[in-house]
Amino acid sequence: MSAPQSLFDKIWARHAVVTRPDGAVLLLVGRHLLHDGSGAAFRFLAERKLPLHDRRHTFGTPDHYVSTAGNDLASISEAFRRDLVAGMAENARKHGFTHFGLGDPRQGIIHVIGPEQGITLPGITMVCGDSHTSSHGALGALAFGIGASEVAHVLATQTLWQSRKPQSMRISVEGKLGAGVTPKDAILAIIARIGTAGGTGKVIEYAGPVFRDMSIEGRLSVCNMSIEAGARAGMVAPDETTFAYLKGRPYAPQGAMWDRAVAFWRTLPSDPGAAFDAEVTLDGSAIEPMATWGTSPEHATAVTGAVPDPAAAPTAERREALAAALHYMGLSPGMRIDEIPINRVFIGSCTNSRIEDLRAAAAVLKGRKAKVQAWAVPGSGLVKRQAEREGLDQVFKDAGFEWREPGCSMCAGVNGDLVDPGVHCASTSNRNFVGRQGPGARTHLMSPTMAAAAAVTGHITDVRRLMAGEA
Amino acid sequence: MEPFSTVDAKAMPLDMTNVDTDQLVPARYLWRPRQDGYAEILFHDLRSEPGFPLDAPAHKGAAIMVADRNFGCGSSREHAAWALVDSGFRVVIAPSFGDIFYSNSFKNGLLPIVLPEARCAELRAALARNPGAHLVVDLPAQTVTGPVGVNDGFSVDSFAVDPLRKELLIAGQDETGLTLSLADTIKGFVAGYAEAMPWV
Ligand code: SF4
Repeated sequence: MSAPQSLFDKIWARHAVVTRPDGAVLLLVGRHLLHDGSGAAFRFLAERKLPLHDRRHTFGTPDHYVSTAGNDLASISEAFRRDLVAGMAENARKHGFTHFGLGDPRQGIIHVIGPEQGITLPGITMVCGDSHTSSHGALGALAFGIGASEVAHVLATQTLWQSRKPQSMRISVEGKLGAGVTPKDAILAIIARIGTAGGTGKVIEYAGPVFRDMSIEGRLSVCNMSIEAGARAGMVAPDETTFAYLKGRPYAPQGAMWDRAVAFWRTLPSDPGAAFDAEVTLDGSAIEPMATWGTSPEHATAVTGAVPDPAAAPTAERREALAAALHYMGLSPGMRIDEIPINRVFIGSCTNSRIEDLRAAAAVLKGRKAKVQAWAVPGSGLVKRQAEREGLDQVFKDAGFEWREPGCSMCAGVNGDLVDPGVHCASTSNRNFVGRQGPGARTHLMSPTMAAAAAVTGHITDVRRLMAGEA
Repeated sequence: MEPFSTVDAKAMPLDMTNVDTDQLVPARYLWRPRQDGYAEILFHDLRSEPGFPLDAPAHKGAAIMVADRNFGCGSSREHAAWALVDSGFRVVIAPSFGDIFYSNSFKNGLLPIVLPEARCAELRAALARNPGAHLVVDLPAQTVTGPVGVNDGFSVDSFAVDPLRKELLIAGQDETGLTLSLADTIKGFVAGYAEAMPWV
């Protein structure tokens, strides 16, 4: 009998081409995802006169640099960004990888369309030159972000060197999430608990009843933010929810091959007794709707809480860091979270721009009006169309939201979709770093429903109060 | 890539935890072509703040940075490593690093070194008291020595580094050459993989 293995162990073993005596491993890449920031890697190929090694397993779409005002090249205001997006299409033609370009209804944020197209599959390794590649672990893949040099290496060889096998961590959330509490709240609560370095270098498996009961969209939001806990990757074992989600998707196996794949996928979940290097357990019923007040994703607290007092921090260093965060955010210690004003709202990004996110936000917005400038940016053309079929676009527009074209948009603040200095933005994205959404921008991370609640009240608001019919 | 052996250079202390890749290179500069250089982009939004050490005359020519916890956290952007390398840095010492930044560094000839938190704090304090003091980083021997030339906080600390990364850094070589030499092994492996999981 071999030792019990975790989901991560099983995928790792299946993809380790070479394991050197010093522990370095050459890993086969199951599927490689590209976006419009991958140009540097193609230049490397050209310099070394190397072909794209495996175009069949390479997929790309422009997302970072596209305009969300119009789904075409002409709408991109600056020439250099147009060049990046056009350059990607050119590389796709030249090298023959699958490309969902501008104007293709399947175009969108790479981490939204991977699962949507069935490109993301259980039991494989996936990489992309973007840290939020961890999202794809929601379907039971081992997926992580890599740097530009590594992208070049994968293009040239379809493999990747890892200097050693990463450590593993299991985060179990027991019980049930309360009414009005979403997957985004769960991951923010996890990060608040373990900190942004809590998972450093590790591969997290999210386990326990809360994740078992969660939809794939929800698992994607959770795995997406693994990187904000410092982790390399996050994953959820594939189950019936996963198979139901994948069945019939364009790049998922079909027919007899589907049955074979599912039979194999059923063997993937961690064996009883599998070892993890670290274990954390949270009580799901204790999680409340969350929002961040500071400049790190770990600066998150329940909406019923207050901005912390730096004076209460245990070390001088922590005190200074907290004071700097509050200074940047323009907040004072002890202020109630639900008194923080909001002047701008962004519902979108690879964390929360899927159909379920839009449905949930629209349910809060129905019959209400946003008090501040607010945007809804669907994660892909297909999400957008689906939302429009369901009439959600009208709900957003009636509430005073702008209904935009798919792309990263205000999450990256790189395509002119910026937040002005000093402006408090309720954002469903994943990073509230200093300057992330624009110089001086003050980002408050929260779920789509919480962002909708902030939009209609003009301050951070416990969405459960709105759901109960108040305000 | 320039081969790496021993760096004897000025070391700059940076007293900030969780320095993220957006602080190292704000996202709005990511489009900048690599060949245009990233030196002036490093810490773009912070470097003009009073007391920020990067442009202090004493640190001119610094090739080593001593930083704090979780340096380089945030995104996968390799630009963060480029900006450091283009600014002349060859070593960053910190108690911990953002994961992808750590691995990107090696690929750009920048050596990230993990030393215990207390020792990093000691080094930063000694360097702050003695601006422009040197540290000596010996990659083959895996040691950090110093500060040298001042009688303040001196010690010799060993650090760990993965053998493969060390090998490539010292040779000034990238991984692609190594991998291409394994083409036959990879081919054989892929054949078995495709048989076991033909749907991929
Ligand atoms: S939505 Fe934001 S976090 Fe996600 S890939 Fe785009 S820029 Fe990165």
